[in-house]
Amino acid sequence: MTDRQSFNTLVGSEESRRLFGALQRGATRRDILAMLLAGGMQASLAGGLATTALSVHAQTPRRGGRIRVAGATAAATDTLDPAKQSNQTDYARCNMLYNGLTSLDGSLTPQPALAESFSTNDAKTWVFALRKGVNFHDGKPLTPADVVYSLSRHKDAATASKAKVLADQIESVKATGPNEITVVLASPNADLPVILGTFHFHIVKEGTTDFAAGIGTGPYKLKEFKPGVRSVVVRNDNYWKPGKPYLDEIEFVGIGDESARVNALLSGGMDLVGSINPRSIARIAGTPGFAVFKTQSGQYSDLIMRKDVGPGTNPDFVLAMKHLFDREQMKKTIALDQAVVANDQPIDPTNRFHFAGLPQRRFDPEKAKFHLKKSGITGAVPVVASPAALYSVEMALVMQQTAKGVGLDLDVKRMPADGYWSNHWLNSPVGFGNVNPRPSADIVLTQFFKSDAQWNESRWKSEKFDQVLVAARAETDLARRKQMYADLQTMVHEQAGIGIPLFLASLDGHSAKLKGLSPIPVGGLMGYNFAENVWLETAA
Amino acid sequence: MNALVLKLLAQRIALALLSVLAVSVIVFAITAVLPGDAAQEQLGQDATPEALAALRTQMGLDVPAPQRYLHWLGAMLRGDLGTSSTTQLPVAELIGSRLPNSLLLAAVTALFSVPIALTLGVASAVWRGSWFDRAASTSAVAVVSVPEFLVATLAVLVFAVQLRWLPALSYVSDIESLGQLLRAFAMPVLTLCCVIVAQMMRMSRAAVIDQLEAPYVEMVRLKGASPLRIVLAHALPNAVGPIANAVALSLSYLLGGVIIVETIFNYPGIAKLMVDGVSQRDMPLVQACAMLFCAGYLILVTTADIFGIVANPRLRHR
Repeated sequence: MTDRQSFNTLVGSEESRRLFGALQRGATRRDILAMLLAGGMQASLAGGLATTALSVHAQTPRRGGRIRVAGATAAATDTLDPAKQSNQTDYARCNMLYNGLTSLDGSLTPQPALAESFSTNDAKTWVFALRKGVNFHDGKPLTPADVVYSLSRHKDAATASKAKVLADQIESVKATGPNEITVVLASPNADLPVILGTFHFHIVKEGTTDFAAGIGTGPYKLKEFKPGVRSVVVRNDNYWKPGKPYLDEIEFVGIGDESARVNALLSGGMDLVGSINPRSIARIAGTPGFAVFKTQSGQYSDLIMRKDVGPGTNPDFVLAMKHLFDREQMKKTIALDQAVVANDQPIDPTNRFHFAGLPQRRFDPEKAKFHLKKSGITGAVPVVASPAALYSVEMALVMQQTAKGVGLDLDVKRMPADGYWSNHWLNSPVGFGNVNPRPSADIVLTQFFKSDAQWNESRWKSEKFDQVLVAARAETDLARRKQMYADLQTMVHEQAGIGIPLFLASLDGHSAKLKGLSPIPVGGLMGYNFAENVWLETAA
Repeated sequence: MNALVLKLLAQRIALALLSVLAVSVIVFAITAVLPGDAAQEQLGQDATPEALAALRTQMGLDVPAPQRYLHWLGAMLRGDLGTSSTTQLPVAELIGSRLPNSLLLAAVTALFSVPIALTLGVASAVWRGSWFDRAASTSAVAVVSVPEFLVATLAVLVFAVQLRWLPALSYVSDIESLGQLLRAFAMPVLTLCCVIVAQMMRMSRAAVIDQLEAPYVEMVRLKGASPLRIVLAHALPNAVGPIANAVALSLSYLLGGVIIVETIFNYPGIAKLMVDGVSQRDMPLVQACAMLFCAGYLILVTTADIFGIVANPRLRHR
């Protein structure tokens, strides 16, 4: 992109367009040189420019090729039912086969997908105009009935949809025209297009109950699906996005063991592997022909101090603990720099509603000591951590050391990952949780901080917070909304019993021949949507 | 074949069937007391009381345990392994997709390891105390002492990542020729051979030595038989019982105990299926796999016993 821009300033955009047009038609370096020289350019400058033009052209996607990709899980529960997707391997697989009404871009802003446009006046009644000429893999055209079916099925308890909670706010979905549907919500939500851009709301054919055939409108068609073993998809030649996808075929497997994934990549058996450990970066980046793809996201592991039982009932204890985070050291030694320092606010810097104006809370043993003394808490405080909450054991141990310095004895209880979420998370007075990236600020705040939220980890209750949260959800003016989210983040930062030391990055490893990856912060593998965006460079 | 042999065989088989029944009770009881159920595991962080209750009813987890056991045993006898509680697919189908892979890996490993182990074992017995015996025994102990994950990981690093001779993963789905089969299986088989050859070799060495020291071998030697004939025609038939048992034990390990090899090479075998089942609390799947492993083990051990009985000259010629 930047190469092309500098190229434009040198030769003028008109000339540039002519050259790139020629390249696309298959011009060689010799042809380009001839064209430039014919325009009266000096030979040496022309030579340099011809090279630039060629390398820019190499960045234009190439069609064809087959890649092998490995996700991080493989189980017999692997699914093709959009409503039942439960992990990143499912998300990546379903994104190959299905589309949503919208899709999320690099700043998690919703972009039109199967819906050509969407509009609302009050954030309560939404009108979606469907794209014309879109066909399912079996040739059936996309109709409003398919969309109505796909969205309504999440509300049916029998579907056992993972997105039921989100779908419950939908009061009705109706076809209101030959290419139009209208969604009415129970209460206003300006983020509806964001929600409909998430994985579970993929559009399927009306009446589908058996998803084994994987019929969607997506960039690839299903060729083979063996749960827990592999899926093979082939290019959908009738895909509605012109020119896409680029690859002929993708073989997608799950490899549970991280070092097996990395070995498979480095031995040439895989072109792209998801979820690698920061400790593998040196190995991958140190091998010629391979690279690491980093996605900074809103994922965090947080220290929960319950406000209803235990030491967290004392606000000074909570403040003391928040000042005991040596965030810089955690970032360096635990996340190996694959993270950004957080500020006890749950909205991360990649999100458009992140409030950067909040003063950073620093590691401050003196302040911690002061608040601890004021709280009057003595004796050992048990802190529950587990490998289930990423890095929480390491974070707890770092805190244990810093706490010793201020005379606080933290008793780190390490729990097995198995059963952690049902037995310890939400139940321990002081312990760790982990929150995966959520597509919108509203979802994180509603699920984890609203007074009546199921997962209100610290049982923090604030009427004012709830009011502003609901108002922000209904606000369609972006600037006003931004201010509201800033207020909410400030409240969480100051009052909630949640300490968020870091926002973690997802890392994937890939062959240098694989091009086109750019981060979408709902998760790694390009927000699990790599399939329609990547291409293979020729072996040269 | 005489009446005594037949009676012994019938006893062995009846005992095996009884063991299967006892195992079924134990398997069912153990899976019933595992903490957490399939509904909890499946919902994970999303578990809410209503969702849990709904899912439990859907999975049939709200019926008392003894009733579930009888129901399950009856279905099992009819050949119905039930439906996986997490995927809603028939368990038979899930196992059916993995079992051939496990059997193939076990067969290829057995094809290489059994002849190697027996040859080495018998040879060390014949030349016991020689440099060959000492070298073979020492290296066998050394190899069996190295954990298999280390052997496997080192093999991957050397042959796949550094030299790029072999694929890092074993894909059964891509195998079309014998060459591909050998390439895909080279490292897993190498790793497994390291684990099981030593045990079989030392057992057969001990069994043959035991026979070679018996008085009747002295008799054979006095009769003037060649050393080869002493071993093959006289000592070995009497040693078949213990050797067959050692082989059976090692082979039964290949069916269910190869989880590390399956994980490192991402081999879609049945051990991994069972571990997935345990982590998702998919009880029908776990129970079926456990029963399968026990049945496989009993079949192998009973076969070894039968071999021992039939091959034993003292029983045969009575």
